[in-house]
Amino acid sequence: MALQEKYKQLIDAANAEGISNLQVKEQDNVLYIDGEASSGSSKDKLWDIYGKLDPDFRAADVVMNVNVAAGAGTKAKVTTDKTNLNIRKGPGTDQPIVGKAAHNSEVTLLSKTNDQWWLVKTDAGEEGYAYAQYLSPE
Amino acid sequence: MKITKVLFSLLLMGSLFMTGCKPKDADIKTSIEEKMKADPMMAGMTVDVTDGVATITGTCTDEACKTKCEETAKSVKGVKSVVNNCTVPPPPAPVTVNTGDALMQGVMDATKDHPGVKASVNDGVITLTGDITRDQLPKLMMSLNSLKPKKIENKLTIK
Repeated sequence: MALQEKYKQLIDAANAEGISNLQVKEQDNVLYIDGEASSGSSKDKLWDIYGKLDPDFRAADVVMNVNVAAGAGTKAKVTTDKTNLNIRKGPGTDQPIVGKAAHNSEVTLLSKTNDQWWLVKTDAGEEGYAYAQYLSPE
Repeated sequence: MKITKVLFSLLLMGSLFMTGCKPKDADIKTSIEEKMKADPMMAGMTVDVTDGVATITGTCTDEACKTKCEETAKSVKGVKSVVNNCTVPPPPAPVTVNTGDALMQGVMDATKDHPGVKASVNDGVITLTGDITRDQLPKLMMSLNSLKPKKIENKLTIK
């Protein structure tokens, strides 16, 4: 229970943000927080608080798997740093690149393979798998 | 005839006397309830007593609480036996963590765009070494956290 005390502010914020399917479990001195955020800003808020409670994420006592809920048909913005986002044939960086989505362009979510890889369609009509970390559902 | 009458009255007196010294079910119930109320662990339990048999129902936090309920009821005078119907909810399901090849592949995908970062995976624990800029760190951590590892040891040097 000690970790739930340490990260009380984070857990309270997760409840306040209305994270759905929120699960908070403590096991072997690691606090596991799972759930789905309704927006990217909710998720960012939680990460800001986490970063304040554990600066630079050094303590190795939290695994926070909170992803942004997005269904098929959702538009998502490509939020790479500068470069284009690779669209691949399959879900993995070992898969061949079949297209590119420009930085700041929009793609349409077709389905989620997992929390890492989403099947998307670009404005140019290319279909393939993109790394979800660089996509912000709108 | 006379003997029968005497015997009958003796029997009647006997049964009256016996009943008199035996605590009533309602009294037994009250004393068990009082004892349970004194302990927050057992405060929410329900007690029923019929012919000296105490039945306890309710939800206990753990097995120790269940045992204590039974002992408490047994310790009350007049209780012949205890029916322990206390339920203990099953412990929460353990956290599912990824440990296998999928995690290894996921870590490779997540660190691909961070050339200064070296990552190793051992039994679900991701260890990060090398260097990264402070503004890139949250993005990397978000990617790695969504892989559901057991934990992440961040030994990165922040530039």
